[in-house]
Amino acid sequence: MGKLKEKIIESLLAVSGLLTILTTIGIIWVLFSESISFFSHVPLSDFLFDTQWTPLFVNKQYGILPLVCGTFLISIIAILVAMPIGLTIAVYLSEYAPQKFRRVIKPLLEVLAAVPTVVYGFFALTVLTPFLQKFIPDLGSFNALSAGIVMGIMIIPLVSSLSEDALYAIPKSLREASYGMGATRFQTAFKVAVPAASSGIVVSVILAIARAIGETMIVTIAAGQRPVITIDPRDAVETITAYIVQVSLGDVQHGSLEYQTIFAVGITLFIFTFILNNISFWAKKKYHQKYE
Amino acid sequence: MKQIEAKNVNAYYGDNHVLKNINMDIMPNSVTAFIGPSGCGKSTFLRMFNRMNDYIEGFRKEGEILIDGIEIYHKNVKVEELRQKVGMVFQTPNPFPKSVYENVVYGLKVQGVKNKKILSEVVERSLTQAALWEEVKDSLNKSALSLSGGQQQRLCIARALAVEPGIILMDEPAASLDPISTAKIEELITGLKKNYTIIIVTHNMQQATRVSDKTAFFYVGELIEYEQTAKLFSKPVNAKTENYISGRFG
Repeated sequence: MGKLKEKIIESLLAVSGLLTILTTIGIIWVLFSESISFFSHVPLSDFLFDTQWTPLFVNKQYGILPLVCGTFLISIIAILVAMPIGLTIAVYLSEYAPQKFRRVIKPLLEVLAAVPTVVYGFFALTVLTPFLQKFIPDLGSFNALSAGIVMGIMIIPLVSSLSEDALYAIPKSLREASYGMGATRFQTAFKVAVPAASSGIVVSVILAIARAIGETMIVTIAAGQRPVITIDPRDAVETITAYIVQVSLGDVQHGSLEYQTIFAVGITLFIFTFILNNISFWAKKKYHQKYE
Repeated sequence: MKQIEAKNVNAYYGDNHVLKNINMDIMPNSVTAFIGPSGCGKSTFLRMFNRMNDYIEGFRKEGEILIDGIEIYHKNVKVEELRQKVGMVFQTPNPFPKSVYENVVYGLKVQGVKNKKILSEVVERSLTQAALWEEVKDSLNKSALSLSGGQQQRLCIARALAVEPGIILMDEPAASLDPISTAKIEELITGLKKNYTIIIVTHNMQQATRVSDKTAFFYVGELIEYEQTAKLFSKPVNAKTENYISGRFG
């Protein structure tokens, strides 16, 4: 009896593990098969190098560059906000803050990541943009800047929490060695702790970038839906994710070429995040080897 | 002329009274060993000489510690400058995950010394003093973590010597080393005595007899006996000392 029960439990666990893997494989398969039929109508070179993205207009062009540009513009703004603030918080919490304070503040910071992204989106649109318009008069009501800044705020805890973990894992003996040599706290933090935790910090930043690239709601609400190649953060832009939302919610006919565009851009997005995840995985492995 | 003078020193971790009214004078160019069972306060006392306990939450002290006549806990004393004069070697080797060279020059670099010629000279001098130069002179740019445990500990000693501290505190410096590396460290301590004042915490009583001039025996926060090493080990005055050194407890 007991043996049979064990068997049943074991197969249940195996099946649930298998289901997850099969779902992932299924998603990738759908992405590929729909994209293949897309690329049989649109040459890959047009997709990669054309500078116009107008699949929903009469004059259809399928160059993904504007969407990639919008995605990267916003991600760069986000990371420019999140990296300095997140790292400062991490260094403060692990090197300066008293234990009690650290134990309270860290979970509180992580709450930032738990705010629904739709709330962030409306915060960008209805609070930050009007505020920024006071200083930047020609800022449109939809713009990359405030979407990027708010996205940066959202990913601060990702950077700060993971970097803080990496810093905290640095043995206390290294800090003592540094203090013992007459180094100040600041010197100890930036000459010893941060370099020793660098691979962990790199991982946290890469994961934050991956999160920013995949983020959807904020950009759909606050960045506008204008696929253009620009590096001006005051402009309205469209990201890959925002485009997918636009088509999914629109009245595009199922199975049409317009419909298939979302799989083509989806697979592009998938490739970006896949590469980033692999880099962070590789960096993490390297980091673990160093401390074993 | 005494170099270190502790007057009525008491120390607390929160409500825990870990050092009770300690008085001690230490002469320059001598080796002093602190012995006693775990938790007797010897490491806490050692770490007061370079104020290493400052960052421990709940730590509090009373009394005075004078080094070269200056009260080191006075508000005008910069703790960073104190630690340049009072170096420390820890229980487990703790080189930075940097090159051998970078490890040795760290103390000078935090003081703002940038001159490459001076730095290279200091590297050679300190590593020679720490009896490591011959072994690493061709691999100064290799990671310090690639050295053996004994070499790492001698590197940590070289790192401490690089800033010419005057006093060196050693907290069980051979506790994690094999007998051959331990012998090298002990030989080193005896050699360094010419130029430095050394205080060493040790659990190994043979080590105390081999390297030290004077020995202090601590027991539950009290300094029980402080004597010439030869005398303390042959004719201890206090019964607790005798019990401890003859291995009846601890």
